[in-house]
Amino acid sequence: MEEQRYVVFLFPSVSYALKAEKILKAAGIAHKLIPVPRHISSDCGVCVRIAEDKERDVEGELRGRVEWDKAVLL
Amino acid sequence: MPLDQSNNRIIYFDNAATSWPKPAGMMAAMIDYNERIGGSPGRSGHHRSLAAGRIILETREALAELFGGGDSLRIAFTKNATEALNIALSGVLNPGDHIIASSMEHNSVMRPLRYLESQGVQLSVVPCSGDGRLDPEDVTAAIRPRTHMLVVTHASNVTGTIQPVAALGKIARDHGILFCVDAAQTAGALPINVDEMGIDLLAFSGHKSLCGPQGTGGLYVREGLEKQLRPLMTGGTGSRSEFEGQPDFMPDKYESGTPNTIGLAGLGAGVRFVLAEGVAAIRDKEEGLTARFLAGLAALPGVTVYGPPDAASRTAVVSFNIAGVSASAAALELDERFGILCRPGLHCAPAAHRTIGTFPQGTIRFGFGYFNNDEEIDLALEAIRSLAGNGAPH
Repeated sequence: MEEQRYVVFLFPSVSYALKAEKILKAAGIAHKLIPVPRHISSDCGVCVRIAEDKERDVEGELRGRVEWDKAVLL
Repeated sequence: MPLDQSNNRIIYFDNAATSWPKPAGMMAAMIDYNERIGGSPGRSGHHRSLAAGRIILETREALAELFGGGDSLRIAFTKNATEALNIALSGVLNPGDHIIASSMEHNSVMRPLRYLESQGVQLSVVPCSGDGRLDPEDVTAAIRPRTHMLVVTHASNVTGTIQPVAALGKIARDHGILFCVDAAQTAGALPINVDEMGIDLLAFSGHKSLCGPQGTGGLYVREGLEKQLRPLMTGGTGSRSEFEGQPDFMPDKYESGTPNTIGLAGLGAGVRFVLAEGVAAIRDKEEGLTARFLAGLAALPGVTVYGPPDAASRTAVVSFNIAGVSASAAALELDERFGILCRPGLHCAPAAHRTIGTFPQGTIRFGFGYFNNDEEIDLALEAIRSLAGNGAPH
């Protein structure tokens, strides 16, 4: 079995990440808030981690509702 | 009827200053935050910090629902409406710019404007009618080539007079002017829709009709406007920590320093109470109480009532005077003899009192709330009848 790969969505601030969390919860998309990995950004905030194959779904849910900075493959 | 600290019955008619009592859920939410969460929102990232952040997000979301503004992140929290108005006014006006205000503004608007005037901003104060109404045509006539903003109170804190906000918003939009509304007296008491009313900046108080605790308020900022709106304070926001420049996005740009999380927990419960009861139902009840009081006052000789004659044209605020009795003496009598709590004087709004002809003596102001009832109105009318008949000392 292949190891699960993840994508993280980075946001301007925690307020945005928490709004995204609320949207994804309502949409039923599995996600987890984690500290921003050091190798991606020196920002001290949190980001939203999702399964790699859900990236397009997540983009579709968030677009027009909450801004994000970038999505990065872990 | 509620009791005071000495277990005497009181009638609380000072809701225009701060609402009381609060819904039971307000204090419960504050205690819950304190006992079960306690983290600093937007910082740290541990689960208690995130839980604190979710509380603030839910308060923002409830307010966005109430104001019809869509994205809740367009709302920045402040400690009160005054701070929000200071951001809105001093954040966007520069020397040489022209701003229009009404003559019914509170000092939370007038003082920042007089300060800005001393710094070179051009100010026009458009006179209102004797009952506090602003005529939109007078606003149109005051517009100049360099007019940058129109600021208007949604409803007067002295007379309750409701201004024609939607018509004013259309004028502002048609002339390319920013429209700032002071909703300290109306948020939670009257319907507000920032899109339909053409509002660019909406300042609100959390502790009046939104049923939250003191120390809470906020500013709605129309999309994109934050790029030209300077913050009042800069500092740590928990975001963009690697940079020493202030973030330029909502709401962080205006939310430096650890927020009042426990207060915002209470405010969230207050706003959800307002949403659950419904602004229409709240308005209906408060208008009914006001109409009952106005009708009762009209039957009392020696009592002068200010503001519009009908309850429909005002919030649940009534200013009046009793012949032969000063406002301050009447308020003291009402408090000590009848347990009726109100506010006499100028109500931080000298311009409004000049407009209605009660400067500098002021008025007695009753501010009704959702938790008042007809019995209290009738008891107050009897008390006023007694004061008007006896001519209490000055």
